[in-house]
Amino acid sequence: MTAPLLVASGLHKRFSRGGKTVVALDNVSFEIGQGETLALVGPSGSGKSTVARTILRLIEPDAGNIHFEGEDFLAQHGARLRAGRAKLQMVFQDPLAAFNPRATVARVLDDPLRIHDLADRAHRPKIIASLLDRVGLSPNLRDRAIHEISGGQRQRVAIARALATKPALMVLDEAVSALDVSVRGQILELLLDLQEAENIAYLFISHDLGVVRSIAHRVAIMDAGRIVETGPAAEVVANPKSAIGKALVAATPKLLRKA
Amino acid sequence: MSFFRRFSRSPEAVIGASILGVLVVMALFAPLLFPRDPLSIAGPALLRPFQDWSLPLGTDRLGRDVLAGLFHGARTSLAVGLASAATAIIIGTIVGTLAGFAGGLTDEALMRITDAFQTVPGFLLALAFVSVIGPSLFVVVLAIALGTWTGPARIARAEVLSIRERDYVASARVIGMHPLEIAFREVLPNALPPVLALSSVIVAAAILTEAALSFLGLGDPNRVTWGGMIAEGRTVLRSAPFLSIIPGIALVLTVLGVYLAGEGAVETTAVRRGRS
Repeated sequence: MTAPLLVASGLHKRFSRGGKTVVALDNVSFEIGQGETLALVGPSGSGKSTVARTILRLIEPDAGNIHFEGEDFLAQHGARLRAGRAKLQMVFQDPLAAFNPRATVARVLDDPLRIHDLADRAHRPKIIASLLDRVGLSPNLRDRAIHEISGGQRQRVAIARALATKPALMVLDEAVSALDVSVRGQILELLLDLQEAENIAYLFISHDLGVVRSIAHRVAIMDAGRIVETGPAAEVVANPKSAIGKALVAATPKLLRKA
Repeated sequence: MSFFRRFSRSPEAVIGASILGVLVVMALFAPLLFPRDPLSIAGPALLRPFQDWSLPLGTDRLGRDVLAGLFHGARTSLAVGLASAATAIIIGTIVGTLAGFAGGLTDEALMRITDAFQTVPGFLLALAFVSVIGPSLFVVVLAIALGTWTGPARIARAEVLSIRERDYVASARVIGMHPLEIAFREVLPNALPPVLALSSVIVAAAILTEAALSFLGLGDPNRVTWGGMIAEGRTVLRSAPFLSIIPGIALVLTVLGVYLAGEGAVETTAVRRGRS
Protein backbone atom coordinates (compact mmCIF):
# COMPACT_ATOMS: atom_id res chain seq x y z
CA MET A 1 0.00 0.00 0.00
CA THR A 2 1.21 3.51 -0.81
CA ALA A 3 1.52 6.25 1.80
CA PRO A 4 -1.81 7.10 3.41
CA LEU A 5 -3.71 10.12 2.13
CA LEU A 6 -4.36 11.63 5.53
CA VAL A 7 -2.55 10.99 8.78
CA ALA A 8 -3.89 12.59 11.94
CA SER A 9 -1.83 12.03 15.05
CA GLY A 10 -2.25 13.01 18.66
CA LEU A 11 -5.06 15.52 18.14
CA HIS A 12 -6.12 17.31 21.30
CA LYS A 13 -8.88 19.86 21.65
CA ARG A 14 -10.52 21.39 24.70
CA PHE A 15 -13.47 23.74 24.69
CA SER A 16 -14.15 25.97 27.65
CA ARG A 17 -17.69 27.14 28.07
CA GLY A 18 -18.66 29.28 31.03
CA GLY A 19 -15.64 28.25 33.09
CA LYS A 20 -16.15 24.52 32.48
CA THR A 21 -13.64 22.74 30.27
CA VAL A 22 -14.79 19.94 28.01
CA VAL A 23 -12.21 17.65 26.43
CA ALA A 24 -13.53 17.17 22.92
CA LEU A 25 -10.52 15.34 21.48
CA ASP A 26 -8.08 13.35 23.57
CA ASN A 27 -5.08 12.00 21.67
CA VAL A 28 -6.99 11.10 18.50
CA SER A 29 -4.90 9.42 15.80
CA PHE A 30 -6.00 7.74 12.58
CA GLU A 31 -5.14 7.29 8.92
CA ILE A 32 -7.15 7.26 5.74
CA GLY A 33 -5.78 5.69 2.56
CA GLN A 34 -6.43 6.74 -1.05
CA GLY A 35 -9.96 5.78 -2.05
CA GLU A 36 -10.71 4.34 1.37
CA THR A 37 -13.79 4.90 3.51
CA LEU A 38 -13.16 5.29 7.21
CA ALA A 39 -16.31 5.44 9.27
CA LEU A 40 -16.27 7.32 12.55
CA VAL A 41 -19.02 6.17 14.87
CA GLY A 42 -19.86 6.99 18.45
CA PRO A 43 -22.57 8.33 20.68
CA SER A 44 -23.58 12.00 20.61
CA GLY A 45 -20.93 14.26 22.09
CA SER A 46 -18.14 11.77 21.56
CA GLY A 47 -16.21 14.24 19.39
CA LYS A 48 -16.97 12.92 15.89
CA SER A 49 -17.93 16.29 14.45
CA THR A 50 -14.99 17.95 16.19
CA VAL A 51 -12.71 15.50 14.37
CA ALA A 52 -14.37 16.40 11.07
CA ARG A 53 -14.06 20.13 11.65
CA THR A 54 -10.47 19.81 12.85
CA ILE A 55 -9.45 17.86 9.74
CA LEU A 56 -10.99 20.64 7.63
CA ARG A 57 -9.27 23.39 9.63
CA LEU A 58 -12.62 24.84 10.68
CA ILE A 59 -11.42 24.30 14.25
CA GLU A 60 -7.75 24.51 15.22
CA PRO A 61 -6.56 21.65 17.45
CA ASP A 62 -4.66 22.48 20.66
CA ALA A 63 -2.05 19.86 19.85
CA GLY A 64 -1.33 17.20 17.26
CA ASN A 65 -0.46 16.90 13.59
CA ILE A 66 -2.42 16.52 10.37
CA HIS A 67 -0.54 15.42 7.28
CA PHE A 68 -2.53 15.49 4.06
CA GLU A 69 -0.98 14.15 0.86
CA GLY A 70 2.38 14.10 2.69
CA GLU A 71 2.27 17.78 3.63
CA ASP A 72 1.81 19.37 7.03
CA PHE A 73 -1.76 20.66 6.67
CA LEU A 74 -1.72 22.60 9.95
CA ALA A 75 1.27 24.65 8.77
CA GLN A 76 -0.68 26.16 5.88
CA HIS A 77 -2.22 29.60 6.25
CA GLY A 78 -3.93 32.29 4.22
CA ALA A 79 -3.95 31.92 0.46
CA ARG A 80 -2.06 28.60 0.56
CA LEU A 81 -4.57 27.08 2.93
CA ARG A 82 -7.49 28.32 0.82
CA ALA A 83 -5.94 26.80 -2.31
CA GLY A 84 -5.21 23.56 -0.45
CA ARG A 85 -8.84 23.25 0.63
CA ALA A 86 -9.78 22.20 -2.91
CA LYS A 87 -8.55 18.65 -2.19
CA LEU A 88 -10.46 18.33 1.08
CA GLN A 89 -14.19 18.82 0.91
CA MET A 90 -17.12 18.37 3.24
CA VAL A 91 -20.82 17.53 3.07
CA PHE A 92 -22.85 18.69 6.05
CA GLN A 93 -25.68 16.98 7.89
CA ASP A 94 -28.42 19.52 7.26
CA PRO A 95 -28.40 20.34 3.55
CA LEU A 96 -30.58 23.41 4.09
CA ALA A 97 -28.29 24.98 6.69
CA ALA A 98 -25.21 24.32 4.56
CA PHE A 99 -26.25 26.75 1.84
CA ASN A 100 -26.67 30.50 1.88
CA PRO A 101 -30.45 31.01 2.06
CA ARG A 102 -30.23 33.37 -0.92
CA ALA A 103 -28.25 31.03 -3.16
CA THR A 104 -29.34 29.33 -6.34
CA VAL A 105 -28.10 25.91 -7.46
CA ALA A 106 -25.97 27.48 -10.19
CA ARG A 107 -24.33 29.97 -7.83
CA VAL A 108 -23.51 27.28 -5.30
CA LEU A 109 -21.69 25.25 -7.95
CA ASP A 110 -20.13 28.29 -9.59
CA ASP A 111 -18.36 29.44 -6.40
CA PRO A 112 -15.78 26.63 -6.09
CA LEU A 113 -15.04 26.75 -9.85
CA ARG A 114 -14.47 30.50 -9.68
CA ILE A 115 -12.51 30.52 -6.42
CA HIS A 116 -10.10 27.80 -7.49
CA ASP A 117 -9.95 29.12 -11.03
CA LEU A 118 -10.89 25.75 -12.47
CA ALA A 119 -12.65 27.13 -15.53
CA ASP A 120 -13.12 30.52 -17.14
CA ARG A 121 -16.49 32.20 -17.03
CA ALA A 122 -17.59 30.95 -20.43
CA HIS A 123 -16.98 27.29 -19.64
CA ARG A 124 -18.48 27.21 -16.16
CA PRO A 125 -22.13 26.65 -17.21
CA LYS A 126 -21.05 23.50 -19.07
CA ILE A 127 -19.14 22.18 -16.07
CA ILE A 128 -22.06 23.00 -13.76
CA ALA A 129 -24.38 21.01 -16.02
CA SER A 130 -22.02 18.03 -16.03
CA LEU A 131 -21.64 18.19 -12.22
CA LEU A 132 -25.43 18.11 -11.86
CA ASP A 133 -25.55 15.20 -14.26
CA ARG A 134 -22.95 13.28 -12.27
CA VAL A 135 -24.99 13.49 -9.07
CA GLY A 136 -28.11 12.46 -10.94
CA LEU A 137 -29.85 15.84 -11.15
CA SER A 138 -31.41 17.51 -14.15
CA PRO A 139 -29.51 20.57 -15.45
CA ASN A 140 -32.88 22.35 -15.43
CA LEU A 141 -32.52 22.75 -11.67
CA ARG A 142 -29.65 25.20 -12.08
CA ASP A 143 -31.74 28.35 -11.79
CA ARG A 144 -33.77 27.15 -8.83
CA ALA A 145 -33.21 28.60 -5.38
CA ILE A 146 -31.80 26.18 -2.82
CA HIS A 147 -34.93 26.42 -0.68
CA GLU A 148 -37.13 25.41 -3.62
CA ILE A 149 -35.68 21.92 -4.13
CA SER A 150 -36.21 18.79 -2.00
CA GLY A 151 -33.90 17.63 0.79
CA GLY A 152 -32.51 14.76 -1.29
CA GLN A 153 -31.84 17.07 -4.25
CA ARG A 154 -30.17 19.55 -1.91
CA GLN A 155 -27.81 16.90 -0.58
CA ARG A 156 -26.97 15.93 -4.17
CA VAL A 157 -26.16 19.58 -4.88
CA ALA A 158 -23.95 19.59 -1.76
CA ILE A 159 -22.12 16.53 -3.08
CA ALA A 160 -21.79 18.18 -6.51
CA ARG A 161 -20.30 21.27 -4.87
CA ALA A 162 -17.80 19.10 -2.99
CA LEU A 163 -16.96 17.25 -6.23
CA ALA A 164 -16.39 20.46 -8.20
CA THR A 165 -12.81 20.88 -6.96
CA LYS A 166 -11.91 17.21 -7.60
CA PRO A 167 -11.16 16.39 -3.95
CA ALA A 168 -9.05 13.47 -2.76
CA LEU A 169 -10.93 13.29 0.54
CA MET A 170 -14.51 14.08 1.34
CA VAL A 171 -15.73 14.41 4.91
CA LEU A 172 -19.35 13.35 5.22
CA ASP A 173 -20.61 14.56 8.60
CA GLU A 174 -23.84 12.64 9.16
CA ALA A 175 -24.48 13.39 5.50
CA VAL A 176 -27.35 10.93 5.13
CA SER A 177 -28.82 11.11 8.64
CA ALA A 178 -31.30 13.87 7.88
CA LEU A 179 -32.65 12.16 4.75
CA ASP A 180 -35.56 9.77 4.66
CA VAL A 181 -34.80 6.09 4.19
CA SER A 182 -35.42 5.71 0.45
CA VAL A 183 -33.43 8.84 -0.41
CA ARG A 184 -30.67 7.72 1.97
CA GLY A 185 -30.18 4.51 -0.04
CA GLN A 186 -29.89 6.46 -3.30
CA ILE A 187 -27.36 8.90 -1.86
CA LEU A 188 -25.25 6.02 -0.48
CA GLU A 189 -25.32 4.39 -3.92
CA LEU A 190 -24.23 7.67 -5.47
CA LEU A 191 -21.34 7.97 -3.00
CA LEU A 192 -20.16 4.42 -3.75
CA ASP A 193 -20.34 5.07 -7.52
CA LEU A 194 -18.36 8.28 -7.17
CA GLN A 195 -15.74 6.56 -5.05
CA GLU A 196 -15.30 3.85 -7.66
CA ALA A 197 -15.06 6.37 -10.52
CA GLU A 198 -12.84 8.99 -8.86
CA ASN A 199 -11.00 7.05 -6.15
CA ILE A 200 -12.15 9.56 -3.51
CA ALA A 201 -11.53 8.72 0.13
CA TYR A 202 -14.37 9.31 2.59
CA LEU A 203 -14.36 10.10 6.26
CA PHE A 204 -17.88 8.96 6.97
CA ILE A 205 -19.32 10.13 10.26
CA SER A 206 -22.44 8.38 11.40
CA HIS A 207 -24.24 6.81 14.30
CA ASP A 208 -26.02 4.26 12.12
CA LEU A 209 -24.02 1.03 12.13
CA GLY A 210 -26.20 -0.50 9.40
CA VAL A 211 -25.22 2.29 7.01
CA VAL A 212 -21.60 2.12 8.15
CA ARG A 213 -21.29 -1.59 7.45
CA SER A 214 -22.61 -1.14 3.92
CA ILE A 215 -20.32 1.74 2.93
CA ALA A 216 -17.14 1.72 5.07
CA HIS A 217 -13.95 -0.25 4.70
CA ARG A 218 -12.77 0.46 8.21
CA VAL A 219 -14.51 1.70 11.33
CA ALA A 220 -13.19 3.77 14.22
CA ILE A 221 -15.37 3.95 17.32
CA MET A 222 -15.15 7.10 19.43
CA ASP A 223 -16.16 7.68 23.01
CA ALA A 224 -15.58 10.78 25.13
CA GLY A 225 -13.04 12.24 22.72
CA ARG A 226 -10.96 9.09 22.28
CA ILE A 227 -10.83 6.45 19.58
CA VAL A 228 -11.48 3.25 21.51
CA GLU A 229 -11.53 0.71 18.72
CA THR A 230 -10.50 0.47 15.05
CA GLY A 231 -10.78 -2.33 12.57
CA PRO A 232 -12.31 -3.57 9.32
CA ALA A 233 -15.98 -2.60 9.15
CA ALA A 234 -17.50 -6.08 8.98
CA GLU A 235 -15.33 -7.33 11.84
CA VAL A 236 -16.01 -4.47 14.21
CA VAL A 237 -19.75 -4.53 13.57
CA ALA A 238 -19.95 -8.31 13.97
CA ASN A 239 -17.72 -8.54 17.01
CA PRO A 240 -17.06 -5.26 18.81
CA LYS A 241 -14.42 -5.41 21.53
CA SER A 242 -14.94 -2.14 23.35
CA ALA A 243 -17.84 -1.58 25.72
CA ILE A 244 -19.14 1.37 23.72
CA GLY A 245 -18.86 -0.65 20.49
CA LYS A 246 -20.97 -3.39 22.04
CA ALA A 247 -23.50 -0.85 23.23
CA LEU A 248 -23.74 0.71 19.75
CA VAL A 249 -24.23 -2.68 18.11
CA ALA A 250 -26.81 -3.63 20.72
CA ALA A 251 -28.66 -0.42 19.96
CA THR A 252 -29.12 -1.57 16.35
CA PRO A 253 -31.51 -4.49 16.88
CA LYS A 254 -31.58 -5.88 13.34
CA LEU A 255 -27.83 -6.50 13.46
CA LEU A 256 -28.15 -8.80 16.41
CA ARG A 257 -30.61 -11.14 14.75
CA LYS A 258 -28.58 -14.12 13.56
CA ALA A 259 -29.74 -15.36 10.17
CA MET B 1 -50.23 37.44 -1.56
CA SER B 2 -48.08 40.20 -2.96
CA PHE B 3 -46.18 42.64 -0.79
CA PHE B 4 -48.23 45.61 -2.00
CA ARG B 5 -51.59 44.04 -1.33
CA ARG B 6 -50.64 43.16 2.22
CA PHE B 7 -49.03 46.57 2.67
CA SER B 8 -52.24 48.27 1.52
CA ARG B 9 -54.28 46.41 4.13
CA SER B 10 -52.68 48.30 6.99
CA PRO B 11 -54.26 51.77 7.26
CA GLU B 12 -51.23 53.27 9.02
CA ALA B 13 -48.94 52.10 6.25
CA VAL B 14 -51.24 53.57 3.61
CA ILE B 15 -51.41 56.92 5.41
CA GLY B 16 -47.63 56.95 5.78
CA ALA B 17 -47.07 56.02 2.15
CA SER B 18 -49.55 58.69 0.99
CA ILE B 19 -47.82 61.41 2.99
CA LEU B 20 -44.47 60.29 1.60
CA GLY B 21 -45.94 60.18 -1.90
CA VAL B 22 -47.20 63.77 -1.61
CA LEU B 23 -43.81 64.81 -0.27
CA VAL B 24 -41.96 63.16 -3.13
CA VAL B 25 -44.26 64.80 -5.67
CA MET B 26 -43.72 68.17 -3.97
CA ALA B 27 -39.97 67.68 -4.06
CA LEU B 28 -39.94 66.54 -7.69
CA PHE B 29 -42.22 69.27 -9.03
CA ALA B 30 -40.91 72.14 -6.93
CA PRO B 31 -38.69 73.57 -9.71
CA LEU B 32 -41.55 73.22 -12.25
CA LEU B 33 -44.28 74.78 -10.12
CA PHE B 34 -42.04 77.40 -8.58
CA PRO B 35 -39.30 78.05 -11.11
CA ARG B 36 -38.27 81.28 -9.39
CA ASP B 37 -35.61 81.19 -6.71
CA PRO B 38 -37.60 80.53 -3.52
CA LEU B 39 -35.20 82.88 -1.71
CA SER B 40 -36.16 85.82 -3.94
CA ILE B 41 -38.76 88.43 -3.01
CA ALA B 42 -42.19 87.61 -4.43
CA GLY B 43 -44.56 90.16 -2.90
CA PRO B 44 -45.22 92.44 0.07
CA ALA B 45 -43.71 91.35 3.38
CA LEU B 46 -45.70 89.45 6.01
CA LEU B 47 -48.73 88.77 3.83
CA ARG B 48 -51.14 86.48 5.72
CA PRO B 49 -52.20 83.14 4.20
CA PHE B 50 -55.32 82.94 1.99
CA GLN B 51 -55.35 86.70 1.29
CA ASP B 52 -53.76 86.78 -2.15
CA TRP B 53 -54.32 83.65 -4.30
CA SER B 54 -51.10 84.18 -6.22
CA LEU B 55 -49.34 83.73 -2.85
CA PRO B 56 -51.75 81.31 -1.09
CA LEU B 57 -49.70 80.73 2.05
CA GLY B 58 -48.54 84.31 2.32
CA THR B 59 -45.02 85.72 2.55
CA ASP B 60 -42.38 86.05 5.23
CA ARG B 61 -40.58 89.03 6.70
CA LEU B 62 -38.72 89.67 3.46
CA GLY B 63 -41.70 89.03 1.18
CA ARG B 64 -40.63 85.51 0.10
CA ASP B 65 -43.32 83.04 -1.01
CA VAL B 66 -44.02 80.57 1.86
CA LEU B 67 -45.60 77.93 -0.41
CA ALA B 68 -42.57 77.96 -2.73
CA GLY B 69 -40.34 77.64 0.33
CA LEU B 70 -42.38 74.69 1.54
CA PHE B 71 -42.01 72.89 -1.80
CA HIS B 72 -38.30 73.58 -2.17
CA GLY B 73 -37.78 72.76 1.52
CA ALA B 74 -39.29 69.31 0.90
CA ARG B 75 -36.44 68.66 -1.53
CA THR B 76 -33.82 69.47 1.09
CA SER B 77 -35.55 67.50 3.85
CA LEU B 78 -35.99 64.39 1.72
CA ALA B 79 -32.52 64.56 0.18
CA VAL B 80 -30.78 65.08 3.51
CA GLY B 81 -32.95 62.50 5.29
CA LEU B 82 -32.42 59.75 2.73
CA ALA B 83 -28.76 60.50 2.02
CA SER B 84 -27.70 60.63 5.66
CA ALA B 85 -29.72 57.53 6.55
CA ALA B 86 -28.16 55.66 3.62
CA THR B 87 -24.67 56.82 4.62
CA ALA B 88 -25.27 55.85 8.26
CA ILE B 89 -26.58 52.40 7.32
CA ILE B 90 -23.74 51.71 4.88
CA ILE B 91 -21.02 52.77 7.35
CA GLY B 92 -22.81 51.00 10.21
CA THR B 93 -23.28 47.66 8.47
CA ILE B 94 -19.71 47.60 7.17
CA VAL B 95 -18.26 48.35 10.61
CA GLY B 96 -20.68 45.94 12.31
CA THR B 97 -20.01 43.13 9.83
CA LEU B 98 -16.24 43.49 10.09
CA ALA B 99 -16.37 43.61 13.90
CA GLY B 100 -18.70 40.64 14.23
CA PHE B 101 -17.00 38.52 11.61
CA ALA B 102 -13.37 39.20 12.47
CA GLY B 103 -13.85 39.02 16.25
CA GLY B 104 -10.92 39.38 18.64
CA LEU B 105 -8.91 42.58 18.57
CA THR B 106 -10.63 44.01 15.47
CA ASP B 107 -14.01 43.57 17.14
CA GLU B 108 -12.80 45.20 20.36
CA ALA B 109 -11.24 48.17 18.53
CA LEU B 110 -14.26 48.81 16.28
CA MET B 111 -16.79 48.45 19.05
CA ARG B 112 -14.88 50.82 21.38
CA ILE B 113 -14.90 53.39 18.58
CA THR B 114 -18.64 52.79 18.24
CA ASP B 115 -19.04 53.28 22.00
CA ALA B 116 -17.11 56.55 21.80
CA PHE B 117 -19.45 57.87 19.10
CA GLN B 118 -22.50 56.65 20.98
CA THR B 119 -21.61 58.41 24.23
CA VAL B 120 -21.58 61.81 22.50
CA PRO B 121 -25.12 63.00 21.69
CA GLY B 122 -25.63 62.75 17.94
CA PHE B 123 -26.94 66.28 17.60
CA LEU B 124 -23.98 67.76 19.47
CA LEU B 125 -21.62 65.84 17.21
CA ALA B 126 -23.39 67.13 14.08
CA LEU B 127 -23.39 70.66 15.48
CA ALA B 128 -19.66 70.57 16.20
CA PHE B 129 -18.85 68.99 12.83
CA VAL B 130 -20.84 71.52 10.79
CA SER B 131 -19.61 74.53 12.75
CA VAL B 132 -15.99 73.47 12.23
CA ILE B 133 -16.17 72.52 8.53
CA GLY B 134 -18.84 74.98 7.46
CA PRO B 135 -22.42 74.42 6.32
CA SER B 136 -23.09 72.80 2.96
CA LEU B 137 -25.52 70.04 2.04
CA PHE B 138 -22.76 67.42 1.82
CA VAL B 139 -21.28 68.35 5.20
CA VAL B 140 -24.73 68.33 6.82
CA VAL B 141 -25.40 64.82 5.45
CA LEU B 142 -22.05 63.61 6.74
CA ALA B 143 -22.56 65.29 10.11
CA ILE B 144 -25.93 63.61 10.64
CA ALA B 145 -24.58 60.21 9.52
CA LEU B 146 -21.71 60.63 12.00
CA GLY B 147 -24.15 60.56 14.90
CA THR B 148 -26.45 57.79 13.65
CA TRP B 149 -24.23 55.03 12.23
CA THR B 150 -23.70 53.40 15.63
CA GLY B 151 -27.23 51.94 15.81
CA PRO B 152 -26.95 50.00 12.54
CA ALA B 153 -23.39 48.95 13.50
CA ARG B 154 -24.52 47.36 16.76
CA ILE B 155 -27.46 45.57 15.18
CA ALA B 156 -25.39 44.30 12.25
CA ARG B 157 -22.69 43.02 14.61
CA ALA B 158 -25.19 41.12 16.77
CA GLU B 159 -26.73 39.55 13.67
CA VAL B 160 -23.34 38.65 12.18
CA LEU B 161 -22.25 37.01 15.45
CA SER B 162 -25.09 34.53 15.10
CA ILE B 163 -24.78 34.05 11.33
CA ARG B 164 -21.03 33.35 11.35
CA GLU B 165 -21.60 30.14 13.31
CA ARG B 166 -23.98 28.75 10.69
CA ASP B 167 -23.04 25.83 8.50
CA TYR B 168 -23.16 27.79 5.27
CA VAL B 169 -20.36 30.02 6.49
CA ALA B 170 -18.33 26.91 7.39
CA SER B 171 -19.06 25.47 3.95
CA ALA B 172 -17.93 28.71 2.29
CA ARG B 173 -14.63 28.35 4.17
CA VAL B 174 -14.35 24.72 3.11
CA ILE B 175 -14.58 25.65 -0.58
CA GLY B 176 -11.77 28.15 0.03
CA MET B 177 -13.64 31.44 -0.13
CA HIS B 178 -11.69 34.54 0.97
CA PRO B 179 -12.77 35.78 4.44
CA LEU B 180 -13.72 39.21 3.07
CA GLU B 181 -15.90 37.62 0.40
CA ILE B 182 -17.55 35.45 3.07
CA ALA B 183 -18.18 38.52 5.23
CA PHE B 184 -19.67 40.69 2.49
CA ARG B 185 -21.31 38.15 0.21
CA GLU B 186 -22.43 35.33 2.49
CA VAL B 187 -22.94 37.04 5.85
CA LEU B 188 -23.83 40.68 5.26
CA PRO B 189 -26.87 40.22 2.96
CA ASN B 190 -28.40 37.88 5.52
CA ALA B 191 -27.72 40.32 8.35
CA LEU B 192 -29.41 43.23 6.58
CA PRO B 193 -33.18 42.81 7.29
CA PRO B 194 -33.09 43.88 10.98
CA VAL B 195 -30.80 46.80 10.07
CA LEU B 196 -33.20 47.97 7.36
CA ALA B 197 -36.05 47.76 9.84
CA LEU B 198 -34.28 50.56 11.67
CA SER B 199 -34.04 52.75 8.57
CA SER B 200 -37.39 54.55 8.96
CA VAL B 201 -36.42 55.70 12.45
CA ILE B 202 -33.05 56.88 11.14
CA VAL B 203 -34.58 58.78 8.20
CA ALA B 204 -37.09 60.47 10.53
CA ALA B 205 -34.36 61.41 13.00
CA ALA B 206 -32.13 62.70 10.20
CA ILE B 207 -34.89 64.98 8.89
CA LEU B 208 -35.40 66.37 12.39
CA THR B 209 -31.66 66.84 12.94
CA GLU B 210 -31.33 68.68 9.65
CA ALA B 211 -34.23 70.96 10.62
CA ALA B 212 -32.64 71.60 14.00
CA LEU B 213 -29.29 72.45 12.40
CA SER B 214 -31.01 74.84 9.99
CA PHE B 215 -32.95 76.38 12.86
CA LEU B 216 -29.64 77.18 14.52
CA GLY B 217 -28.42 78.69 11.27
CA LEU B 218 -26.07 75.81 10.42
CA GLY B 219 -27.94 74.56 7.36
CA ASP B 220 -26.80 75.12 3.80
CA PRO B 221 -27.42 78.90 3.40
CA ASN B 222 -28.14 78.56 -0.32
CA ARG B 223 -31.11 76.26 0.17
CA VAL B 224 -34.54 76.71 1.65
CA THR B 225 -35.06 74.38 4.57
CA TRP B 226 -38.05 73.96 6.85
CA GLY B 227 -35.85 74.41 9.90
CA GLY B 228 -34.55 77.65 8.44
CA MET B 229 -38.12 78.85 7.75
CA ILE B 230 -39.13 78.12 11.34
CA ALA B 231 -36.10 80.04 12.60
CA GLU B 232 -36.93 82.91 10.26
CA GLY B 233 -40.51 83.08 11.59
CA ARG B 234 -39.40 82.90 15.21
CA THR B 235 -38.57 86.64 15.33
CA VAL B 236 -42.15 87.53 14.39
CA LEU B 237 -43.79 84.68 16.28
CA ARG B 238 -46.36 86.93 18.02
CA SER B 239 -47.47 88.91 14.99
CA ALA B 240 -47.17 86.22 12.27
CA PRO B 241 -47.19 82.78 13.92
CA PHE B 242 -48.14 81.06 10.60
CA LEU B 243 -44.55 81.54 9.41
CA SER B 244 -43.35 79.02 12.02
CA ILE B 245 -46.49 76.88 12.17
CA ILE B 246 -46.73 76.00 8.46
CA PRO B 247 -43.22 74.52 8.05
CA GLY B 248 -43.63 73.00 11.52
CA ILE B 249 -46.72 71.10 10.38
CA ALA B 250 -44.89 69.98 7.23
CA LEU B 251 -42.04 68.66 9.38
CA VAL B 252 -44.35 66.77 11.74
CA LEU B 253 -46.29 65.22 8.86
CA THR B 254 -43.11 64.17 7.07
CA VAL B 255 -41.58 62.47 10.10
CA LEU B 256 -44.92 60.78 10.79
CA GLY B 257 -45.20 59.64 7.17
CA VAL B 258 -41.69 58.20 7.08
CA TYR B 259 -42.25 56.43 10.36
CA LEU B 260 -45.66 54.96 9.48
CA ALA B 261 -44.57 53.80 6.04
CA GLY B 262 -41.41 52.26 7.47
CA GLU B 263 -43.32 50.45 10.21
CA GLY B 264 -45.82 49.21 7.64
CA ALA B 265 -43.06 47.82 5.43
CA VAL B 266 -41.37 46.08 8.37
CA GLU B 267 -44.65 44.54 9.57
CA THR B 268 -45.49 43.35 6.09
CA THR B 269 -42.16 41.60 5.58
CA ALA B 270 -42.30 40.17 9.11
CA VAL B 271 -45.68 38.60 8.38
CA ARG B 272 -44.33 37.13 5.17
CA ARG B 273 -41.34 35.60 6.94
CA GLY B 274 -43.51 34.28 9.71
CA ARG B 275 -45.69 32.46 7.22
CA SER B 276 -43.04 30.84 5.06
